[in-house]
Amino acid sequence: MDVLREGIRAAAQLLSAGDPEIIEVLLLTFKVSGAATLISVLLGVPLGLYLALKEFYGKQFIKGIVNFGMGLPPVVVGLFVSLLLWRYGPWGELALMYTPTAMVMAQTLIALPIVTGLSFAAIVSVNPRLRLQLYSLGATSRQVNWMLIKEARLGLIAAVIAGFGRVVSEVGAAMMVGGNIKGQTRVLTTATVMEVGKGNYDTALALSFILLVAAYSVVVVLTWLQHSGKREIL
Amino acid sequence: MKRYAFIGLAVLFMLSFVGCSKVEEKKAAPPQNPDVILSTTTSTQDSGLLDVLLPAFEKKTGYKVKTIAVGSGQALAMGEKGEADVLLVHAPDAEKKVVASGAAINRRLVMHNDFIIVGPADDPARIRGKTAVEALKSIAQGAKLFVSRGDDSGTDKMEKSLWKTANIKPAGAWYLEAGAGMGQTLKIADEKRGYTLSDRATFLAQQKNVALAIALEGDPKLLNIYHVMEVNPEKFAKVNNAGAKAFADFLLSEEGQALIATYGKDKYGQPLFFADSGKSEKEFGL
Repeated sequence: MDVLREGIRAAAQLLSAGDPEIIEVLLLTFKVSGAATLISVLLGVPLGLYLALKEFYGKQFIKGIVNFGMGLPPVVVGLFVSLLLWRYGPWGELALMYTPTAMVMAQTLIALPIVTGLSFAAIVSVNPRLRLQLYSLGATSRQVNWMLIKEARLGLIAAVIAGFGRVVSEVGAAMMVGGNIKGQTRVLTTATVMEVGKGNYDTALALSFILLVAAYSVVVVLTWLQHSGKREIL
Repeated sequence: MKRYAFIGLAVLFMLSFVGCSKVEEKKAAPPQNPDVILSTTTSTQDSGLLDVLLPAFEKKTGYKVKTIAVGSGQALAMGEKGEADVLLVHAPDAEKKVVASGAAINRRLVMHNDFIIVGPADDPARIRGKTAVEALKSIAQGAKLFVSRGDDSGTDKMEKSLWKTANIKPAGAWYLEAGAGMGQTLKIADEKRGYTLSDRATFLAQQKNVALAIALEGDPKLLNIYHVMEVNPEKFAKVNNAGAKAFADFLLSEEGQALIATYGKDKYGQPLFFADSGKSEKEFGL
């Protein structure tokens, strides 16, 4: 267990010394996973809203796909995105393989079904009479949708937390489409895997702690948003 | 308050992008296509050699190397598909096939070290002092645990060819296929008290974490030879051949060779690799 103590000490040291390499890795982790979460929210929340409120042919099927996608294995997504982005793949001209953009693409694919599925569940769980009542009070459908989003905010922020948590912690897709390139696509998870390969368990542990602390801080902010929302409802 | 938090998050998020573009702009006057994809074996990364070589190369030439560290089998496969620009691997027989197929050109010898068989310190299969093939025979006969890389890497190919020479098809409860990199395979062998074949560089780098000891070394069959190859630009128009050639030339330059020859001396008391610029495989009896 000495390794554990060493790891915590190394993490504190790396952070307090502002090791530029670690800071770079940390920033990229936030950038990639943050961008992926943001895109997933921009697409996934309206999609969840649409699924929850509209009736259309094949809705059950789409819901099934979304629920299935919530458990999509990151390595499968990584492989799929790799096939698209390789030089001699269909999107090879874009030269995106082994770039942060490729990682954002893969992580968006991973987070989108989670955000969509949980948004759907959050909005469905709002009392259906509220919608009718709002309409009867003369609200436009845009106003109604906005009210529903506000009502469902607890669940929606939970969706954001789940999506971010999933992508910030995944390593399979980040490794495959990013390649763990120093200074370019190295994020906390891939760096941890590499340090384990090198036998530097203390550095690997330090990186793990930094990842945990970083993920925790984001979740704390989101949880705080969630709660301040609750107070408004009361 | 809530709104401020949202705005704060958004601003932080955007700032992080600003920081990003600044870092990219800092590099001055790079070559036309500065990105070089180097597909290489895990041992060059896990031993730390690339951390010394790449910064020197990038500083000198302005190229930016994207290292993809995978097993030699996968590294060669990337070259065969034109997905990498330059290959630095250690699987001579497989390399020759890739060159013969026209996917890679200019195969040049860069450096060597050697493979060793490591195992529990008390050497339960009594292989110390034997040749590699004899050692594998004793391990198989005694059904002592052996952990194989099992990932089609250069080390894995070497191990498979040794089993073939020994005329043994390794199978059974004593033979584990890890499907992992060298570092992890050493750890598995350590935890399960088994033998494994390792390149010397990775073992030295991992030695502090494992109780394994070198059970066999010095057999001329166990040479571990690294070649650099450029992916053929005539076959794959998209490869960055100028960058690939610059990198290969750098490895074989006086500066590159000196970096290779001295790497690890201070940390492990012995060099991890021996620089071999200009030599041919024949000098190693291959």
